[in-house]
Order: sequence, then structure tokens, then C-alpha cells
Amino acid sequence: MMDLPNTYRSGPDERGHFGIYGGRYVAETLMPLILELEQAYNAASQDPVFADEFRYYLKHYVGRPSPLYYAQRLSDSLGGAKIYFKRDELLHTGAHKINNTLGQILLARRMGKTRIIAETGAGQHGVATATVCALFGIDCVIYMGATDIERQSPNVFRMKLLGAEVRPVTSGTGTLKDAMNEALRDWVANVGDTYYLIGTVAGPHPYPRMVRDFQSIIGVEAREQIVAAEGRLPDLLVACIGGGSNAIGLFAPFLDDSSVRMVGVEAGGRGIPSGEHCSSLSAGAPGVLHGNRTYLLYDDDGQIRDGHSIAAGLDYPGVGPEHAWLRDSGRVEYVAVSDDAAIEAFQLCSRTEGIIPALEPSHALAYVSHIAGGMAKDEIVVMNLCGRGDKDVFTVARVLGIEL
Amino acid sequence: MREGGRIGRRFASLRQQRRAGLVTFVTAGDPDLATSIDIMRRLPAAGADIIELGMPFSDPMADGPIIQAASERALRAGQTMRRTLDMVAAFRQEDAETPIVLMGYFNPVYVYGTARFLFAAKKAGVDGLILVDLPPEEAEEVVGPARNAGIDLIFLVAPTTGDERLPLVVKHASGFVYYVSITGITGTASAALVDVTHAVERIRAHSPLPVAVGFGIKSPGQARAIGSTADAAVVGSAIVAKIADHLDAKGAPRPDLVDVVASFVGSLAEGVHAARPRRGPV
Repeated sequence: MMDLPNTYRSGPDERGHFGIYGGRYVAETLMPLILELEQAYNAASQDPVFADEFRYYLKHYVGRPSPLYYAQRLSDSLGGAKIYFKRDELLHTGAHKINNTLGQILLARRMGKTRIIAETGAGQHGVATATVCALFGIDCVIYMGATDIERQSPNVFRMKLLGAEVRPVTSGTGTLKDAMNEALRDWVANVGDTYYLIGTVAGPHPYPRMVRDFQSIIGVEAREQIVAAEGRLPDLLVACIGGGSNAIGLFAPFLDDSSVRMVGVEAGGRGIPSGEHCSSLSAGAPGVLHGNRTYLLYDDDGQIRDGHSIAAGLDYPGVGPEHAWLRDSGRVEYVAVSDDAAIEAFQLCSRTEGIIPALEPSHALAYVSHIAGGMAKDEIVVMNLCGRGDKDVFTVARVLGIEL
Repeated sequence: MREGGRIGRRFASLRQQRRAGLVTFVTAGDPDLATSIDIMRRLPAAGADIIELGMPFSDPMADGPIIQAASERALRAGQTMRRTLDMVAAFRQEDAETPIVLMGYFNPVYVYGTARFLFAAKKAGVDGLILVDLPPEEAEEVVGPARNAGIDLIFLVAPTTGDERLPLVVKHASGFVYYVSITGITGTASAALVDVTHAVERIRAHSPLPVAVGFGIKSPGQARAIGSTADAAVVGSAIVAKIADHLDAKGAPRPDLVDVVASFVGSLAEGVHAARPRRGPV
């Protein structure tokens, strides 16, 4: 067990490390760009004009603050803790992803960049990126695995409607990790004008810190809202984890409140023993990929393994380095929930609360519905309902054997 | 540079001969282990002064389509880190002098155990190591073990590496400095000679090590031009493309594959060796 730090909120250090995790493992060609980005972000994050601009668009364009909603019927039916949803699924484009893309595009504009590239798996980050590029009239290229393009065609069309160019990635296995490889290759070749807009709290420093900071608006609002509603902090925070941006966004402002327990829910896919999952924190080991050291899924020879999840947004063989550090320090617990349990929670939420959640937060909800019944009635759970399920209805219908 | 090492000796000998060197890159295990060993064995006689051997990785972020495909072929054929070291050991039984540099990404080395890997590599006969995604900022954990094992840790300098950064990049470098002549991935565009010359001079102002230039060198003519300004020219994708072009429909090597690769390397060597390096014996 490592020594417990005085605060969990001081990371990363100046070289981007959270304990042994994080860092800047990129080719030399990109190092100067990463350093330039870090400088630009440090300056922006201390500039009240930048903060005002971010807040303005969050309020008037994105639709923040999102409500903190007491899910009474669900709480009653589970018979235990009071369950609150942080409703980021109500935001423009339907998920929390836009908090980050907005922050980064404002930064890219400040840096004078004229071309945006991004990777996307399910297409949610791609849509959120294409959206802010349309808002500010900036060229946008989205890399998306060919396999994902096939299974997420509505989002591909959305991105195109928004004016983005979607480039299919056929290398590797044609999924999110390959899209990220291809975006990095693009960036190396277009270092002058291009800004790489990473969609989660992973990648080389300063991305994990920067994306966390932009997403922390979730936890900042939730904290104010729960204190207003209940007069105290919650007992438990729950969020799903792919790369981990929505989770860190909710958790970060509470990390030093020792009374608040936190659970990150990874995609258990077809079960950990099957090997077909994306539970890098529960079943992976430390490694280095895409610019950072973190928990990864790989074989005995260090070759990256493909994950599986019913939720395309969780389908990534790694996780943000801050989560890796929070796991080792014991501050946050990480669990895995299977495809089947997520599908069940998806239906439960739809029927009980009239909210069709995305399959990603359905994982968090599956965990909540598993434990809430055993909690006292005066205990409070806040769950991040980070995306809506419109994009998933076809997938769920297929799983349930329903023809549309 | 460790004077006693094969890399140092090779560059010293090139300087004495007043010529530039040819560094050839192939991916270990591409298209299969047996063919890959055959290719490797033919390289010195064909004119390779230094052999760079790619350690295949599932996610080669700095590589273009040609070397990505080579990595995939090698992994499909069952290549592992251990097998790559075994290849080197087999090669060393016949060739005690041609320097071998392994090039790859950090994760397979880290997972093997960095110090353990470096000792195993040294034992097999490896002389140098390039880790594409290990910039000097993160290199500390490899620098010590590499020194202990007696393996040269070779760092990349890019066109984006400014003068203020150069001292940091060459600080831990040994063997040679590898100049990536374009901003881009392997096997794509080619740099203008005047820019390369300027960059090589910039590096020499900061480091006494030889400078090898790579990325985008595809023909004997280009190799000759680079050889006129740098200490060595590195050719990778163009050689790997010959391998890819001489596979049958099932991906198996055609009978002439190894000869074709050797003869192409021969033409590259002729190009490089015909160049008059600007720097005489030191």
C-alpha cells in the first residue's frame, strides 16, 4: 500500500505524472507540440477571459447546468438509498462529451489552429467535435474505425451533416484504438495548423489534466445541487468508465471528501473470464500506449488486445492515467458490469423513470441497482447519467431479438 | 558513444573509408520467421552497414501503412519479442561485426521488463535500441538499464525539435543520433536535401555522435544525396515494400523474395557509398 497523499487533487505533477502513470510517451516529432499545448493550456486556464467564454457557451449553447434529478420511482422500487441522476444526457448532442470539445476548441482558437482532428469510437465524441467545429467554422476531420462506422451509421451521418470529413480507419482491427493511432499519424504529418482534440482523459500530458478540468463542471454542479437538495454531500458517486472522462468529471471535486465513496464501473462485456471485455482496471496491467502509462489490456508479449463491450463508448483497451492512480491508491473502487446487466438496466431506467439512457451509463445504473437495495433509506447515491440512449436503440433491439 | 561497441567501431571504419553508411530496416518476422532470418543474413553482403530490426507492435503509431502491414504480417506469423532476440542470436553466430539496432515501441519492452529485456538483448548480440514513443522526458527508466547492459540508446531528432530542445534530446543519446527528416510517418514524403543538410549541421553543433537520417528515403539516388550530407542513410519502407510486393496471394513469400530484397539493398548501398561525405576523418 502506498502512503496516502494529503490531497487527491494535486495531480498531475509538472511532467504529467499521476504517481507512476500518465506522462508523455510520444514520438519526438510531437513532443514540441505537446509542450506548446501545455503552455497554451496553462495560460488559458489562468485567464478569466477564457473562463468567461467557456461558461458563456456552456450555458447558452450546451445547456448547462444540467439538472440533478431525484429518481424517486427507481429508488422506491430498489427499496434502499436515494438515487440521484446527474443528467448530462440532456445536454446538446446528448452526452457529456461536449463539455470537453467546447473547452478544447476555444483553446485551439486561441492557439490559432485552423484544422481539428479527432478520433471517435461510438461517434459521440466525433459528433461533439464536429458540432463545435461547425459552431466556430473550423475544418474538421474525424478518424473512425471501419468496423465502428458500420455499427454506428447514424452518428456518421450526423458528423457529415455537421460538415466534418469522416475518414474510415482499416488498419489494425478498425476500432477506437486504431482511430487514435491514425489521428496521431495525421497530427505528426500536419504539425503546423492542426489541433488534435482528444475525447477522453487519456493520451499524453496535458490531455488527461485538461480534459478532466473541462469535465469537472459535472462534479462542481453536482456538489452544489446535492447540497441544495439534501443539505449534505452524497454517500456514493457512481459513473461508467471507458477512458473515464465522465467519471473523473464527477469525482474530481469530491476526491478530498473522505465521506464520499466512489465507484467506477467498467465494461465487463461477456465476462472477465471470457477475455471479451474492456475492464482494464479490473483485469489489465500497467503498460504504455497512446502517450501515457496506464492500465491496459495486452497479451503476454505486450501486444494490445482488443476489448469488447456492447457499449461502443466503453470499447477501449485502456483507461485514463488518473484512474489508474486512483485505483492503486484505493481512493476509488472499480468494478465490472456485463453487457447483459447493462441491457437490463437500460430497460429498467426506460420503464421506471421514462429516461432512455445510453448503454454506457447503463453500466453505472446496473451497479447502482445491484447495491442500492442494500443501502439505508437515508443514504444518497449520485449517478452520472452521462448520455442518452437514442443512438443505442438499434443495438438493444438486436440484442432483444426485436425487428424494427 | 562506447568506443568498444560495434556501432562505434562501424562508424569509425566508415569515417576512415571516407564514406557514409547504409542502415537498412526490416521488421523481424516479416513475412515469417524463416524468410526474415534469410533476409537478415543476406543484408551485410548486400551492403548494409548497420541492420535495424523492427520489433512488431500491434499499434505502431509513428509508422505508415507499409511498416504497419509488416508488423501485422509478423505478428500473424507468430513473432514475439523472444523470437526477435533469437533471430539476432542466430545471426550473430555467423556475423560478429555488423551492428544490430532494435527499433520499436515501449510497451512490449516494458512488459518484458526493461532491464531484463536489455540484458537478454545484449546477450543475443543487440547493439542499440530505438524506442519511438520514448522521448527524453520519459527516458530515465531506460537510460540506466541500457547503460548497465551495454546497449546504445538511440534517440530521434525531428524537424520540430528546436535548438532549445536539442541538448536535452542528445543528452542521453549514444551510438548515433537518428534524424527523422520529415514531419510525418514512415514511408511517406521525402525531405528537401537543403533542409536535411541544415538539420544535420544543427545536430552536429550539439553532439559529437554520428548522424543517421531516415524517413522518406526510397531510391538509390535519394540515399546517395543523404549520404553526401549525413553519416548514414536509413532506408525502411522502401525495402519492406519489396517484401510486400513479393508475396503470393496467400501471403507466402515468392521464391525470388530474398534475392529481390538483397539486390535492392545492393543498389541502395551503391548509392550511399558513391556519396562523398562532407565530414572527413575525425
